[in-house]
Amino acid sequence: MPKDPYLKHTAAESPPREALTINPAKTCQPIGAMYAALGVHRCLPHSHGSQGCCSYHRSTLTRHYKEPVMAATSSFTEGASVFGGQSNLLQAFNTIFTLYDPDIIAVHTTCLSETIGDDLPQIIGKATAEGKIPAGRVVLHANTPSYIGSHVTGFASMTRAFVDYFAETTGKKSDRLAVFPGWVEPSDMAELKRLLETMEIPYTMLPDTSGVLDSPLTGHFEMYPEGGTRLEDIRHMGDVKASIGLGPYCSGPAAKLLDTKCRVPCDILDLPIGLSATDRFIDALRRTAGVAVSETVIRERGRLVDMMADMHQYTYGRTVALAGDPDQLCPLSEFLRDMDMKVKYVVTGTPGKPFESRMSELLGEAEEGDWRGAPGDLFSLHQRLKAEPTDLLIGNSYCKYMARDEDIPFVRFGFPILDRVGHSDFPYVGYRGAMRVMERVLGVLMDRQDRDSPNERFELVM
Amino acid sequence: MSDTRTAAVVEPVLAEKEAEVLKGELLAAYPPKIGRKRERQIVVNKRGEDGSYPEIQANTRTLPGIITQRGCTYAGCKGVVVGPTRDILQITHGPIGCGFYSWLTRRNQTRAEGASDDNFMPYSLSTDLEDKDIVFGGEKKLRRAVKEAFDTFRPKAIAIFSTCPVGLIGDDVHAVARDMTEELGITVFGMSCEGYKGVSQSAGHHIANNAVFTHVVGKNPERPEGEFKVNMLGEYNIGGDAFELERLLGLLGVTLVTTFSGNSTFVSMGQAPFADVNLVMCHRSINYMAEMMETKYGLPWFKVNFIGAGPSSKSLRHLAEYFADAGLAARVESLIESEMIEVSEELDRVRPRLAGKSVLMYVGGSRAHHYQDLFRELGMKVVSAGYEFAHRDDYEGRRVIPTIKVDADSRNIEQLHVERDEARYSRRRDDAEIESLKARGLPMGEYEGMMGEMAEGSLVIDDISHYETEKLIELVKPDLLCAGIKEKYVVQKHGIPLKQLHNYDIGGPYAGFRGAINFYREIDRLVNGSVWGKIKAPWDKAPELSGSYGW
Repeated sequence: MPKDPYLKHTAAESPPREALTINPAKTCQPIGAMYAALGVHRCLPHSHGSQGCCSYHRSTLTRHYKEPVMAATSSFTEGASVFGGQSNLLQAFNTIFTLYDPDIIAVHTTCLSETIGDDLPQIIGKATAEGKIPAGRVVLHANTPSYIGSHVTGFASMTRAFVDYFAETTGKKSDRLAVFPGWVEPSDMAELKRLLETMEIPYTMLPDTSGVLDSPLTGHFEMYPEGGTRLEDIRHMGDVKASIGLGPYCSGPAAKLLDTKCRVPCDILDLPIGLSATDRFIDALRRTAGVAVSETVIRERGRLVDMMADMHQYTYGRTVALAGDPDQLCPLSEFLRDMDMKVKYVVTGTPGKPFESRMSELLGEAEEGDWRGAPGDLFSLHQRLKAEPTDLLIGNSYCKYMARDEDIPFVRFGFPILDRVGHSDFPYVGYRGAMRVMERVLGVLMDRQDRDSPNERFELVM
Repeated sequence: MSDTRTAAVVEPVLAEKEAEVLKGELLAAYPPKIGRKRERQIVVNKRGEDGSYPEIQANTRTLPGIITQRGCTYAGCKGVVVGPTRDILQITHGPIGCGFYSWLTRRNQTRAEGASDDNFMPYSLSTDLEDKDIVFGGEKKLRRAVKEAFDTFRPKAIAIFSTCPVGLIGDDVHAVARDMTEELGITVFGMSCEGYKGVSQSAGHHIANNAVFTHVVGKNPERPEGEFKVNMLGEYNIGGDAFELERLLGLLGVTLVTTFSGNSTFVSMGQAPFADVNLVMCHRSINYMAEMMETKYGLPWFKVNFIGAGPSSKSLRHLAEYFADAGLAARVESLIESEMIEVSEELDRVRPRLAGKSVLMYVGGSRAHHYQDLFRELGMKVVSAGYEFAHRDDYEGRRVIPTIKVDADSRNIEQLHVERDEARYSRRRDDAEIESLKARGLPMGEYEGMMGEMAEGSLVIDDISHYETEKLIELVKPDLLCAGIKEKYVVQKHGIPLKQLHNYDIGGPYAGFRGAINFYREIDRLVNGSVWGKIKAPWDKAPELSGSYGW
């Protein structure tokens, strides 16, 4: 254990807190809206607020993806904050279409423009009426006040806004499935598409950041890379056979709106992380699309179960602490349980009852000494770990400090990951993704065993 | 290598006409309104006969829709100036985002001295305002949060930062701070650094200067020991720069009372008025503090630059000159001599690999200036440079300050009225002495600005946009670009390395002599890295193999 703890002011016990958040396990809505909008082809996200919002979101997404993250801002000053942001936004449309040539501008609000009450539909209506939006180009908006929900909410709101603005019903049903992947990595979106293709299911996925935030180094910068959901496909979403929303927090609102707006029946599932959640996803695909599960998928499932059986002695009974977002935490906890690990502490900063009830459905009620912080913060999680540590910690890069202080094996998972690569290149969803989760978990647990074993028990074969 | 190498006359990098053509190309695609504004923010550098430089428009609004490098007032206030002080417990009052994004992302290093020395920098504290707080006001929650923060951490001081909605809903953070100061018996101060104030981070620097000057500076009556006592202003210890400067000053027997604000403490900042002189690194972010301390305590300041071996030597010599002490002067010379051995060795190795290569640099409010010397030491050409949030004086020199038009965006940032503290005022050097120091080349209370050090014909660009950056890459085809994280991968997709000069790409220190060596190696690594030669696949390089032979 390091002599000098990094978080040296964190004690196991401290006075109760109601008003103060310390080391948050969430961030604000607009960054999620920006990420979702980047998953639509030739779409430029636009932040309607102060420059700092846009700058912070672009910086954080850039550090996480190690990729260009392009977005514009309304650059509010004090005047705009007093008189409203309409003229800023109208001017921004002109600047953006002239200089940056997107097909779509996806405007999201901020706590600033929400507090002053800018009416986005009115402003966009005015821009349209005055011919400020060139022919063939579109503008949409999502309300993403930073003082409600979290980054997860913002992602959900922008995804829903695309459905709201563009999904149409022509009366001519298509055999496609609409898939809302939720806030997962570009690698995960690519893996979901591979699974759909393996099962020969035609689909539209919204959003789709694969091919956008994992672009190759070619010697040319593409402001609008080849990836991203096509606007035309979003328009046709009203005609699809059914939709599958992965993750109730991130995808629920879009899937439900497609149902009420266009009468597309939806199935809202957990993100397919781990064995059981992937089973439910594949089973839903099979039933909804009316296809048989492909041999490839069956084989992948078998290999995952094989690994779980082979490595059971290393996972059995191990305790875990998790920090992250509700859509990820539920299926991940379930998967750890499937490996006979014990999920002891879970924390998310994202508020909302569905998380607690889903955790109870999947894992049962929390046992004495366990903790489900919803909402909670990383400071509280650290305090729990000080009082009674776990064998493993899973969370974003900020968790590395408590992992080092308490000397707990640590797997990076979630958002943001600012200090490692791989998350946007190799998936965690599906059966193969689950094998990668296992590989990472086993890697740190077995490294720890190697580090701590006395010489006579330092094993060659494990 | 000696001082003289960096002081050499800078050869023009572009012919004036060529530079004007380049400027025209940058402006061509803009809508007229933007074009007219940008036209005044892009100038071709030229030294007038009276030593003046062309006027550049700076510190004005970025037009909406422009993809800009700039951030906000909160970022300049918390992120830049106050953030690096480890023992002031900092609470962001607002929704969660601002506190989250400014949490450990700027790489201000700090080194607590022992277990009892507080270090709150790894902690992000926020009132995490929710919709009901926006509707009913957040003051009550803030009050409670300050109390909870005090109960949890027992700090010596608490700072509160306002985010955008706080100003709009009318929370009085200053009243809360006053009440809590009384209730808790510690220093609590608030800053109205809402993101929408001003036009960039710069307004936040000013607000932070005002608050630190009012609530921290001079509050510690314990006089520090030392024969030569200095404060370092505008050094934020990114990548350990301040550690390198502390090492050098320590070797010279100079006492560093405090730094604003890298590796600093509330305790040491309180002792700042006991110093003999203020050394100003980043003029833009901290000149307010230097001026206010001069007025109130009689503490003079001069501009230093510790980026580059040449400038570091020069600044140390100025320091010895200021104290007019033969012993100190001898120690400075012997330090420079010993440090320069390794510097010269490394430079001799690296310079032939880099000389003649071109650089574009758009960053900060002083770094686009400071780093030019380092590139000059490497024999590289800065074709174009500019700041993200500077004012005209940072480009053209402080002599233009009286001619700067104060617009509405600057007027709403409070200008503190500072008076002499009769009890503590002591003029360290009288007018004659200051003049004599100036005559010997010390930039007493002066800053010459960036343009004076740039070649004629180079393009000076304020608040560059993404569009212009792309255009310049196409037209200039630089070997290296220096900017920040948002630009990093855009530029690198072009196959051109980008060096981040905000956070140093997790590198550093680059200040002082060891820093210079680190930087030479880093630029060699970037520019001559193998990967840039691997972008084309073998089949792209030899398409002629598909040609046909007449069988």
